[in-house]
Amino acid sequence: MSAGARIRLEGLKLAFGDMSAAEVDLEVRPGEIVVLLGPSGCGKSTILRALAGLLTPTAGRAEVDGEPVGGTDTVCAMVFQEDALLPWRSAARNVEYALKLRGVPRGQRRQEAAELLAQVGLEDFFDHLPGQLSGGMRQRVQLARTLATRPRVMLMDEPFGALDAQTRSEMQQLLISVWRQYGTTILFVTHDVDEALLLGDRVVLLSPRPAVVREIVDIPGPRRPGAQFEPEFARRRYEILAWLGDAPPAELSPEGA
Amino acid sequence: MTTTPVSQQSLKPTADPVAGTPRPRPGPRTGLRPLTALGAWPRRLAAGTRAALPLAAALLIWYLLTANDVVLWLRFDKVPGPVEVFHTLKGQLTSGGYYQDLLASLRRILLGFGLAALSGVAIGMAIGRSRVVHALVRPLIEVARPIPAIALVPLAILMFPSGEQGIVFITFFAAFFPVAVSTIHAMKTLPKVWEEAARTMGARRLSVLAHVVLPGAMPGIFSGLSVSMGVAWICVISAEMISGQFGIGYYTWQSYGLLDYSGVIVGMLSIGILGWGTAWLVERLGSRVNRWLPRNAR
Ligand SMILES: Nc1ncnc2c1ncn2[C@@H]1O[C@H](COP(=O)(O)OP(=O)(O)OP(=O)(O)O)[C@@H](O)[C@H]1O
Ligand SMILES: [Mg+2]
Repeated sequence: MSAGARIRLEGLKLAFGDMSAAEVDLEVRPGEIVVLLGPSGCGKSTILRALAGLLTPTAGRAEVDGEPVGGTDTVCAMVFQEDALLPWRSAARNVEYALKLRGVPRGQRRQEAAELLAQVGLEDFFDHLPGQLSGGMRQRVQLARTLATRPRVMLMDEPFGALDAQTRSEMQQLLISVWRQYGTTILFVTHDVDEALLLGDRVVLLSPRPAVVREIVDIPGPRRPGAQFEPEFARRRYEILAWLGDAPPAELSPEGA
Repeated sequence: MTTTPVSQQSLKPTADPVAGTPRPRPGPRTGLRPLTALGAWPRRLAAGTRAALPLAAALLIWYLLTANDVVLWLRFDKVPGPVEVFHTLKGQLTSGGYYQDLLASLRRILLGFGLAALSGVAIGMAIGRSRVVHALVRPLIEVARPIPAIALVPLAILMFPSGEQGIVFITFFAAFFPVAVSTIHAMKTLPKVWEEAARTMGARRLSVLAHVVLPGAMPGIFSGLSVSMGVAWICVISAEMISGQFGIGYYTWQSYGLLDYSGVIVGMLSIGILGWGTAWLVERLGSRVNRWLPRNAR
């Protein structure tokens, strides 16, 4: 299994027409989880789409392991916020399509799809169409499908944004266990400060449109079980919320005035 | 104090998240299948009765109007009644010529419609997905589209070596546009994220076309195919009336020439039934291909 790749965004400029959408410099180490956090509409999805090769930058470079993206060899797989499964294919067949694209021989696809779906906890739902699955289950299939391509980088665009708190927490744990196993680099976009702090090695705070990296928060000892109950977590959470302009006045902060 | 293990567990981060996720229930499909298998026949019978009822009513009205020679602005006194038509039909059913006519029309329809379906989908996809093709071909289509296929009869007679090919061409011409236009439209309404997902997984152009675009466009394509089949029948019959040899349209027109009105009605009814049959086939195939649509889920 190929481990994670290094990502380097160097003076990357993305625009729609004359309107700039993002101007980013960022370096992501192999196997790291970096979370992009920023206000709605600032250009987070746009950055991911550029890395996935779906959007051509107007200036600057986006490199994965030294190679500029946009080539035909995909090392970046994307998990979309919306339903990106092919609705006429069953869960297993969706995964099999990804395997086919990776070049897995036909005879091995079913077996491997079954293993991947079992890994995301869907062993009883192989032949269900996406329309027959719940939102959380569909995101699990998307995760399995993305893993099927053996990506070196996973781009995740608010993948759990539409899920309820319980399911979201399950999915975060699932993602962490999958990441531990595969060691892929993950670039994760979210609105949710808690999610950012629970998942990331580093949290990148972006400005409103056009997205510019404002601050990078290092998380010491990331993804520790129970971290969210520690005062350190609350303090960091408060700082980020305050930075986003979303926190109560200072005297109400956990630390007190 | 009673502890609630469920809520406690949900607060604790699980060490092994996969094992920690609740085991999913068995799916709805497996649970429902035996029920549908048992209930299918009575339901189908009921559906058949429902379809037969309005047809029987129309037959009865027809009978009453013609048997009593009703003249009420519309004149039914010279219109053949069901009994007379039935006898003509019986005569036709025992003659080889009638079957030959039916087969001739069916063959033309299937050829013309089949060619239209294939080329309509192919050209529609090309126009919908390529700006160059759109710029080059769309004007041609827009100019040709308003021309009634029947207006092509003189040219078809002039150009094609045999009348048979001319009729197939006219049917093809008429059936082509609904398929092409609905395919173009389907290309535009396809959610972009399906294609993007395939591309980020490494799909090339052809794979995207075959595995994402075409299946995703099938609902739109089939609505075009349904319209197209109806138009194809109208045109094959008209073309046969004008220039055909054999064919159910030819038979109908000939009966009119012989003032055999009963034969005309046999011809009309045959067209109706054949048309219904082919429409049913298209519909059936469509709901099979598009089984995944939420409204097709049972
Ligand atoms: N196809 C497009 N054409 C023109 N403008 C676009 C297009 N896609 C996005 N934009 C604009 O670019 C900006 C950034 O969009 P983007 O989708 O990246 O935001 P985002 O940070 O992902 O927001 P959210 O958190 O709400 O998903 C927005 O202001 C949006 O209006
Ligand atoms: Mg977004």
